[in-house]
Amino acid sequence: MRLTCPLCGERDRREFYYYGSDDYLNRPSEGAAPDAWDDYLHLRTNPAGITHDLWYHDMGCSSWLRVTRNTVTHEIHAVEAIAAPKASARGAAK
Amino acid sequence: MPDLIAKSALAGHAAALTLGDTTLAEAPMTTITSIAPFPNKGKAVDAALKPLGLEFPAPNTASSKDGARLLWTGRQQAFLIGTAAPDMGDAAAVTDQSDGWVILTLSGPLARDTLARLVPLDLRDAAFPVGTTTRSGLNHMALILTRTGDAAYEIMTFRSMARTAWHELAEALETQAARLDQLA
Repeated sequence: MRLTCPLCGERDRREFYYYGSDDYLNRPSEGAAPDAWDDYLHLRTNPAGITHDLWYHDMGCSSWLRVTRNTVTHEIHAVEAIAAPKASARGAAK
Repeated sequence: MPDLIAKSALAGHAAALTLGDTTLAEAPMTTITSIAPFPNKGKAVDAALKPLGLEFPAPNTASSKDGARLLWTGRQQAFLIGTAAPDMGDAAAVTDQSDGWVILTLSGPLARDTLARLVPLDLRDAAFPVGTTTRSGLNHMALILTRTGDAAYEIMTFRSMARTAWHELAEALETQAARLDQLA
């Protein structure tokens, strides 16, 4: 399995750490109903098909990435940086 | 006053190893400074680097001038090597990393095949031309790898792992050299 990091380029799976569903990006606001927290912490879909999850490029540029992939065909459809969606070609934020 | 002497990570532990005309050695100690620009301070960072003749490098590249080098080492981070850091004001976080890293050099005809045993990168010319600097792993160790010449690489890893890195590289080089003997 290879992921194309927006900064580093196409890299081997060994360089990445898997964190889980991208549901973790949607943290309920403070004071949200217990159901919302239950959903956020525990309830996950397990699709046969397109799924979105979080990966960390820990042996690379240290970016958190949102990966869109297909659990049936193992295709990787998209890899996006979470912190800087429009990451400039240069390393420094302008 | 105690007389403190700076020692490189492998001083007294590893003499340069040459097998099959390929040499693994520890580079002399130098100054390493991490420069991590704060958000929206790119222009100020470039202005501070200008007197050194350097500019903040794009991913997988380095900027160099007169022995001073600035290597890209991650998202919004670069290492300044071989010279003291300029005053960055409030443009970037600047930290001295000189004691935190070991720098090894591997050069010769077996260098690329030796690295290929340990590093999950495509090291062929088209994918990894001379001058490329990138982050990856040397087996399980964090790695900053620079191709400094046609058959020459600079390998940076954490100082605490220097002897493990040396051991892994020496073993890989020995294996490659043994294959040469088989073919001869």
